[in-house]
Amino acid sequence: MRYLPHTEEEIRSMLQAIGVNTIESLFESIPKRDRLAGPLKLPPPLNEIELRQLLREISRKNAHGEEWASFLGGGAYSHYIPSAASHLIQRGEFLTAYTPYQPEVSQGTLQAIFEFQTMAAEILGMEIANASNYDGSTATAEAVLMALRLNERPKVLIGRSIHPEYRAVIETYLNNQRVQIETIPFGPEGTLDRNFLKRNIDDKTACVVAATPNFFGVVDDVTDVAENAHQHGALLITTTSEPLAFGLFRSPGEMGADIAVAEGQSFGNPVSLGGPSLGLFATLKKHARSVPGRLVGETTDQEGKRGFVLTLSTREQHIRRERATSNICTNVSLCALAATITLSLWGKQGFQKLAQTNYQNALELRERIKKIANLSSPFESTHFNEFVIRLPKVTSGVLKKLQKEKILGGVPLDALYPELENSLLICTTEMNSDDDRDRLVRALENL
Amino acid sequence: MNFPEDLKYSKEHEWVRINGNMATIGITDYAQDQLGEVVFVELPAEGEELQKNDTFGVVESVKSVSDVFSPLSGKVIEVNDPLSDTPETVNEDPYGEGWLVKVEVTNPKELGTLMSAEHYQAFIKEES
Repeated sequence: MRYLPHTEEEIRSMLQAIGVNTIESLFESIPKRDRLAGPLKLPPPLNEIELRQLLREISRKNAHGEEWASFLGGGAYSHYIPSAASHLIQRGEFLTAYTPYQPEVSQGTLQAIFEFQTMAAEILGMEIANASNYDGSTATAEAVLMALRLNERPKVLIGRSIHPEYRAVIETYLNNQRVQIETIPFGPEGTLDRNFLKRNIDDKTACVVAATPNFFGVVDDVTDVAENAHQHGALLITTTSEPLAFGLFRSPGEMGADIAVAEGQSFGNPVSLGGPSLGLFATLKKHARSVPGRLVGETTDQEGKRGFVLTLSTREQHIRRERATSNICTNVSLCALAATITLSLWGKQGFQKLAQTNYQNALELRERIKKIANLSSPFESTHFNEFVIRLPKVTSGVLKKLQKEKILGGVPLDALYPELENSLLICTTEMNSDDDRDRLVRALENL
Repeated sequence: MNFPEDLKYSKEHEWVRINGNMATIGITDYAQDQLGEVVFVELPAEGEELQKNDTFGVVESVKSVSDVFSPLSGKVIEVNDPLSDTPETVNEDPYGEGWLVKVEVTNPKELGTLMSAEHYQAFIKEES
């Protein structure tokens, strides 16, 4: 596509055609004080060499992941991305914003999405999955809206141990609906408080939202929560920001979840300033018509050949408008494709092995840190690749000390959970070397 | 196209068969033909109170989704459950086995707002 700005003459003739004298007059509805007076104060244009130099200079101000030992998790995880995945997603056939409405010219894209759905459903132990949601938080909020569609009741119960930002997004989504949100606290083991749940779940409860692994990295087997919810006719939604755990632990489907959602960034998407990422959304086949977003199905053409198509589109907003299952169901196809390629390269055994490595590394690191004088780890439960550590001093000071040694020590929990003051959420994945972990332990010993 | 004389019709393409204070409601031959092959029908719960013009269900075909509007106010006494397994009955027998709900009419006066078969046919001619 040629990019040629309009000439003065073209602008004049266009203005003449619509019957105004200046471009400025098109903005008269905006108060003058809010309009830009004169052009933007920008430096002169640069050639390509100069531009690259400038960007390199700016980029030097960043701390680069390779030089640092990062123990940051809390919703975004650094995992290995196979080179093939990074390369393949850049192919022009995939790198397009085009929606595959025309199956006859979109078989590749549609099949890739179909494979994604298959893997998402398998990992979460469910029957069907959609083409992806914007991210884990919106997938969780959409799951709550879906539960409210299936179950018109005025109350939802949400675990305090789910990602706090996911909770905030759910609250935003429910802001103007007549729905009461009750928070289920977490007990001394970092798991959902079962007694509170039993006392507060009733026939007015549409759904229970539980996380496993939860924000503290605690693996919470919610089989009993599912049973309890179902006794009251409520649905169980499970959410997590680290579905890699299901390579090792029971899947939401096996635990009896009705809707299972997750953040899929761990699969082939970099920790890139917190995004972009993708939401996994899976459920039971009987709820297919209530699923938000896009679904790809497998079918046969007139000659009996296998083909892929968008299916059940009649639920979607381009047809149902305001009565659609969702009006904010952004599908992040390229991130989902990166996940699909990565998962297929890992394979089932690779997936399980990677989960095992992540589990083992965190287990060992937690044990070593617990042995350090004045440090403790509050939740005695099974953890997946992250855990909480309680410090004797203010977290911000500790993190600054660690930064001097090029260590990003973890996510401070003080602001998110005041009841866990002076606590850090420490995460370790296959991307940390043994040396990284040794350095962290030494630095914590020297506090 | 078939439009039985003994039924009443609404502008939303529903038909009503009156029997005492009970009304059976479905969608017309014209409506099923316009929709094409019906693949899913969503119906209200028994006991639900409907106001005239409320949407009480959804009929989904291979090409669109349509809300179904109640031509009368009343209480849902019975819904055609078998349609959940065989929605195509709506195409095959719209005035018989393809009925959607039976309601107990709460405001018989509303019947006066509905059309006769002849009126309805003139109405759809105008629409198309």
